Amino acid sequence: MRVPVLWLSDYCDPGLSTYDLEHRLTMTGTKVESVHRHGVDGLEHFAVGRVLSAERHPDADRLTVCSVEVGDGDVRQIVCGAPNVAAGQIVAVAGAGAIMPDGTRLKRAKLRGVESNGMILAEDELAIGPDHDGIMVLDPALEPGTPLAHVLPIATDVLELEITPNRPDCLAVYGVAREVHAATGAPLAPPPSRDDPGAPGEVAGVRIEVEDPDLCPRFTARLFEDVTIGPSPDWLKARLSAAGMRPINNVVDVTNFVMLATGQPMHAFDFDLVAGGHLVVRRAREGERMTTLDDIERTFDPDTVIIEDDDGPTSIGGIMGGERSEVRATTTRVLMEAATWNGPNIQRTSTRLGLRSEASGRFEKGLQPEQTMDGQGLAAKLMLELTGARLAPGTVDVGGTGPPPRTIHLRDARLERLLGTPVPRDQAAEILRRLEFDVAEAPDGLDATVPYFRRDDVTREADLVEEVARLWGLEKLPATLPSRRGAVGVLAPEQRLRRRAEDALAGLGLSEMVGWSFASPGLVDRLRIPPDDPRHATVRVRNPMSEDQSVLRTTLLGSLLEGARLNHARGMPDVRLFELGAVYFDRERPGERRPEPLPDERRRLGALLTGAPRPPSWREEHPPHADFFTTKAVLAGLLDTLRVPWSVEPAAEPFLHPGRTARVLVGGADAGWLGELHPAIAREWDIEGGAAFELDLDALERAATQVPRYQDLTSYPAVRQDRAWWFAPEVAAADVIATVREAGGPLLRRAEVFDVYPAENRVSLAVRLEFRADDRTLTDEEVAQRRAKIDAAVAESLGGEPRG
Amino acid sequence: MNERIDELRAEGEAAIAGAAGTAELEEVRVRFLGRKAELPNLLRGVAQLDPAERGAVGRAANEARRALESAIESRTAELEAAELDARLTADVVDVTLPGSPAVATGRQHLLTATRREIEDVFLGLGFRVMEGPETDLVYYNFDALNHSPQHPSRLETDTFYVADHVVLRTHTSPMQIRAMEEHPPPLYIVVPGRTYRRDSDATHTPQFHQVEGLAVDEDITLGDLQGTLLAFARAIFGEERRVRLRPHFFPFTEPSVECDVSCFNCRDGFLPDGSRCPLCKGEGWIEILGAGEVDPNVFEYVREYGYDPERHQGFAFGMGIERIAMLKHGVPDLRLFYENDLRFLEQFG
Repeated sequence: MRVPVLWLSDYCDPGLSTYDLEHRLTMTGTKVESVHRHGVDGLEHFAVGRVLSAERHPDADRLTVCSVEVGDGDVRQIVCGAPNVAAGQIVAVAGAGAIMPDGTRLKRAKLRGVESNGMILAEDELAIGPDHDGIMVLDPALEPGTPLAHVLPIATDVLELEITPNRPDCLAVYGVAREVHAATGAPLAPPPSRDDPGAPGEVAGVRIEVEDPDLCPRFTARLFEDVTIGPSPDWLKARLSAAGMRPINNVVDVTNFVMLATGQPMHAFDFDLVAGGHLVVRRAREGERMTTLDDIERTFDPDTVIIEDDDGPTSIGGIMGGERSEVRATTTRVLMEAATWNGPNIQRTSTRLGLRSEASGRFEKGLQPEQTMDGQGLAAKLMLELTGARLAPGTVDVGGTGPPPRTIHLRDARLERLLGTPVPRDQAAEILRRLEFDVAEAPDGLDATVPYFRRDDVTREADLVEEVARLWGLEKLPATLPSRRGAVGVLAPEQRLRRRAEDALAGLGLSEMVGWSFASPGLVDRLRIPPDDPRHATVRVRNPMSEDQSVLRTTLLGSLLEGARLNHARGMPDVRLFELGAVYFDRERPGERRPEPLPDERRRLGALLTGAPRPPSWREEHPPHADFFTTKAVLAGLLDTLRVPWSVEPAAEPFLHPGRTARVLVGGADAGWLGELHPAIAREWDIEGGAAFELDLDALERAATQVPRYQDLTSYPAVRQDRAWWFAPEVAAADVIATVREAGGPLLRRAEVFDVYPAENRVSLAVRLEFRADDRTLTDEEVAQRRAKIDAAVAESLGGEPRG
Repeated sequence: MNERIDELRAEGEAAIAGAAGTAELEEVRVRFLGRKAELPNLLRGVAQLDPAERGAVGRAANEARRALESAIESRTAELEAAELDARLTADVVDVTLPGSPAVATGRQHLLTATRREIEDVFLGLGFRVMEGPETDLVYYNFDALNHSPQHPSRLETDTFYVADHVVLRTHTSPMQIRAMEEHPPPLYIVVPGRTYRRDSDATHTPQFHQVEGLAVDEDITLGDLQGTLLAFARAIFGEERRVRLRPHFFPFTEPSVECDVSCFNCRDGFLPDGSRCPLCKGEGWIEILGAGEVDPNVFEYVREYGYDPERHQGFAFGMGIERIAMLKHGVPDLRLFYENDLRFLEQFG
């Protein structure tokens, strides 16, 4: 909402600087988003002048050399380009030093060789209106030399206000003036509709019916006759221009001025073009069409409310008038409408039609029926004053005023309990009175009756608390901490685990990324995920920002690949990324009614390494690129840090290298995958291969050891021995370890492959064994027995031959 | 005979002290104590001496040998230390070369780092951390948060829908209701998480992150909200920060406020050179979050879980993690958070 300060001060002038006014409004809930200046600056350089003489410029047909008196004996030569300049006119003059609305500073100039000491102004040059056809000719009674700002509103600060949706009453200059009054105590002028020249009663020749009162709670109309359409006076043009609206003609300007002043949108019909003098407010029929004022033919549905006359639709109620009965230069009879429309319905219709107007923006927030007469009263005064009109007796009023005002009880104790500090009852009462509540004392507080323009916003005690608090001053609140009875700030085990996982991966050299939860519906196919895979069952967003973001991801891999692709494309081929985030599965199954229709949301952890796993350095110019085992080492580092027991087994994933893919098992259950990217996938994302894993965080959380128990590893020494065997190439290291462990029995505490040596048709695996007993030092004999059992088992189950 | 022994001992000691290196010392050792040296031979010849002399000579020779051995031992240690020093002094590397092989440095995303920072402040104040689903029922996202059935943010122009009654949550506030359903009062929680709105420009991304706060008991006041937010603002933005509450409107709080923190880039809106501060735009204050006392209508929705609008009261707040991070670290564009350019990621965390 744009509010020119000059206009605001017509209704309430607290005598504050714009800066102080801004602060006071902001701190009482009407936030001033910005302040700008409308009009000119350097006001001392603007004055009323009299054109003493006007001669054709010797070298330019279109220029006139004028001599202009701008005060006692101060006569200036001004070269003027306007066609209408003439001797004897009283005009607006700007001298050198004047700052024009666009910020330029006026200087002395020579125009075609003739000196010009200023400018005779057209209305657009003062930002009063759009007219540039000629200079403004002012009231001949004005005295030359009078400061121009005394006779025309040529400069004002304009407040750009953020009006919260609960305060449609503040979408009006007078509404904001009420706030200024409440916030400062400065006197408030009577409402602009005061001294309404109109009266209730039927209007001869005007018939109005409202078929759907729920969508149009009140419809009022007045008839003006003998209207002369013409330009508005400069003060009115200046007000509208400063508020950001373009002056059109006196009748249209009156409707706009009334809307800006009172918040009530108005509509003017050319009554002679209202067929039958008869208006009906009704729901549109499905598919009904009409051309609106913006010259577009529109199609309606039955939730659209239209106004029609005997020849059919003329307006969309509350949103836009129709072309057919629009006011035009020849109009002499005006039917002035002020109505109340159902806010949600207006919002729906304007959204559906893509039609937003100053009027719909107000109606959709919910105006009160009483406001129609605020509008009619002010409009009548201005129509009579500015258009020479005569007001036909009576006011059509279908629907009438809203429900009777509500009285709400405000307890002193409640006020204090919510704010944390007492507000004296008399101060609370004074605040509410200034806000135009009727206030009566009660034994334990106040009874406040809500004014009509706050009817929807203030309905409960808590709402009164807010009113008192915001004007009493939130800056007076204490800064205390709550009692925090029973409050203990601890992270849940799964939250701690996620933090450790993030720290572990960062410690292993990976950077965390944050991908989009949204994905392209084609992603699962690009990853070659088959239709029967659960990851193919994406959740569709009904109203995505774009097709590329129209489903929710079912794997983190798309985000990781995208992160790798972007960095690769930007000249950073060595990428190590991880992400912790959710994936989402559609739980809907055909024919199944879900009691809880939320998608199945899972927390995942994914990582991808491509290029060098560590930066090159002077002793390692080309670190070997990340592959399956580099990435598996990261996985191991992570899972061992979390104390998750884990293993892997060969597996297949459609997006991974078929020979270098593993299932990650945690506590024996599937917890995710690990593998080298399929070269075709890497190519598709323009990266040079790499490896990745994705794990289910819930599975890790379930399996992680949260509280490690003490084990005595120090009282008795361990015996370490290395063994190596030859195997057929297809024997897996995991099988060797499993066999060794089985045969080693409880004394074998550790068995790890530490060397792999492939030869022709066979491969040697070397395993480091560690034997230890909890209650004694092992003898060589005991260890030798175990070792023999291991050798035997390896030979028997896996065909392993000891390597010499 | 004894004189000869004393002589040998003195000679030996002088030679040991004079040895300039371990190699020379070894020569000295061979000269005085080696197989062919005079002193050991003397000792070996003791048996041939007159029995009256035998004891005294044997003792003296033995003593001299031990003295020389001990002198050699300590001199060896001395010389070895000196030689090691000399070797090390000569063994110089260029310490300004980088470490190698390089160890990769990973970072937390700035959003994670900021989220944890915020969580930690509230953990310290006794709040627990809760999380909830990112896809949620319209009931939790709007209805139970006192949004009228016509509230514009419900529209498909503003909110992502995945089913008639299921949205991508537009704020972390649905967890207010879910948390109250799960836990009777008193309740102190913060809820970090991903949120979604249909908006995309330099200051809006369709996905963003919030932290919700909720404190409910019988006596939690607007003053408590101010004190809590003051503690928060100081922990995050510096101990000299002030906060101010400005009246505002949210459907699920009453009274509602916005919270501003005093600008940490300027003094009262102006930089030392007199120019207007670009961060707070000359206001001296920066908006950081929305808050208020929980609206009694919200408690109505969880009455059956032990919340009584007449008896219970408390505050709620919601802040954007991106906004806090942008303000604190000077990040100019929201979209940088989701681009995942390593040069951005590696600056933080």
